[in-house]
Amino acid sequence: MIEISHVDKWYSPSFQVLTDCTTSVSKGEVVVVCGPSGSGKSTLIKCVNALEPFQKGDISVDGTKVNDPKTNLPKLRSRVGMVFQHFELFPHLKIIDNLCLAQQKVLDRSRDKAMVKGMQLLERVGLKEQAQKYPANLSGGQQQRVAIARALAMDPIVMLFDEPTSALDPEMVSEVLDVMVDLAHEGMTMMVVTHEMGFARKVANRVIFMDRGEIVEDAPKDDFFGKPRSDRAQKFLSKILSH
Amino acid sequence: MFSNFDFGVIIRTLPYLFYEGMTFTLMLTGLAALGGLVFGTAIALMRLSGYKVLGRIAGVYVDFMRSLPLVLVIFWFYFLVPYIGQWVTGASRPISVGAFASSLITFIMFEAAYFSEIMRAGIQSISRGQPAAANALGLTYAQTMRYVVLPQAFRNMLPVLITQTIVLFQDTSLVYVLSITDFLGAASKVAQRDGRLVEMYLFAAIVYFTISCVASFGVRRLQARIAIIR
Repeated sequence: MIEISHVDKWYSPSFQVLTDCTTSVSKGEVVVVCGPSGSGKSTLIKCVNALEPFQKGDISVDGTKVNDPKTNLPKLRSRVGMVFQHFELFPHLKIIDNLCLAQQKVLDRSRDKAMVKGMQLLERVGLKEQAQKYPANLSGGQQQRVAIARALAMDPIVMLFDEPTSALDPEMVSEVLDVMVDLAHEGMTMMVVTHEMGFARKVANRVIFMDRGEIVEDAPKDDFFGKPRSDRAQKFLSKILSH
Repeated sequence: MFSNFDFGVIIRTLPYLFYEGMTFTLMLTGLAALGGLVFGTAIALMRLSGYKVLGRIAGVYVDFMRSLPLVLVIFWFYFLVPYIGQWVTGASRPISVGAFASSLITFIMFEAAYFSEIMRAGIQSISRGQPAAANALGLTYAQTMRYVVLPQAFRNMLPVLITQTIVLFQDTSLVYVLSITDFLGAASKVAQRDGRLVEMYLFAAIVYFTISCVASFGVRRLQARIAIIR
């Protein structure tokens, strides 16, 4: 589904952010990307839907090359759902309109159809009653669930999560993770940047460990948690799992 | 002390002052603000587009307009446009452009320079995550601006935009250099005709003051309301 091959990204010759990153996510697979802050994991996931440009290598999603200038990026992105660390709901629109906007403008769905779809998804994330409110009136966890519903409203073929729980108060993390676990169990293809190792243990097929812009380890979940091969991954795991 | 003054002249000429004068002033203010906002937003988008040439052109335009006194622009524009029109259309005589059209275009172009800076600040006040989220949903650049960025920028900047419009409302009185009958022009004509300069100019000052003051007060209330919503 996602093919990332030999991707390099730099801001200047002396400031390399990604170095020779190669990996893939197959259909129905859940891949967790972890690593210390500044390791380039957010940058890598943003390269997948071309929110960040890169200088070398190729990324393709469902056979469409992301870095090809001829690619219709809006069309490609409409099929790739993305959830951001800071939710990024549109504060001037009601919750239901947050879900309807792109359905109507990008997919040309009628207002009625978009509303039905939107309400279905709000119900699914347990927020049907909040449809007429504005984002500022919702808690962080609720906003992030709306953001997931907004991405799902586009019927994406793959979902990207960029640290979806990092900006949340601890007691709200699980309500968001629950939605994501459900999604994984339904067979959604997911690429998730997160520090939530519990989530990784529960639903991930593979874990990618990044450090200093490189993919240091790319292993099936059990191998990764059982016996990480690299020192850096061992160190990282011991740090975040000891608490 | 007021025995030599005749304030009755104000009452007698009220219909003229307001129907002709104030209508013109408000129409010019409204249309110029609207046009300035649209044109100014376009300039702001050019400046922020990331295309160096476009940004440069917009920047030069804004600096140029802001470096000239408004009266001079009104004056020059009125006398130059007929000749530019002649040159563009290849007509044998200078094109006649009405005083209203000429002053409206001048104000739109002039105000656009100021509105563009306000809108630029407004657009920059939106966090980068917002357009990123819109793009990630598949919205194009134009759709992202139209449905996500500009509505928020406009809302954030509304108090400043209205304040600038109040300044514009006062500035429209400068069309007197073209002998146009705006509110001040109408008052001035009556003053000259009846020799009632003090009365008429005093009245004109009170009217401008009252309208601007009420509008400013409205802006402050609006600001308070917006602050609560956010």
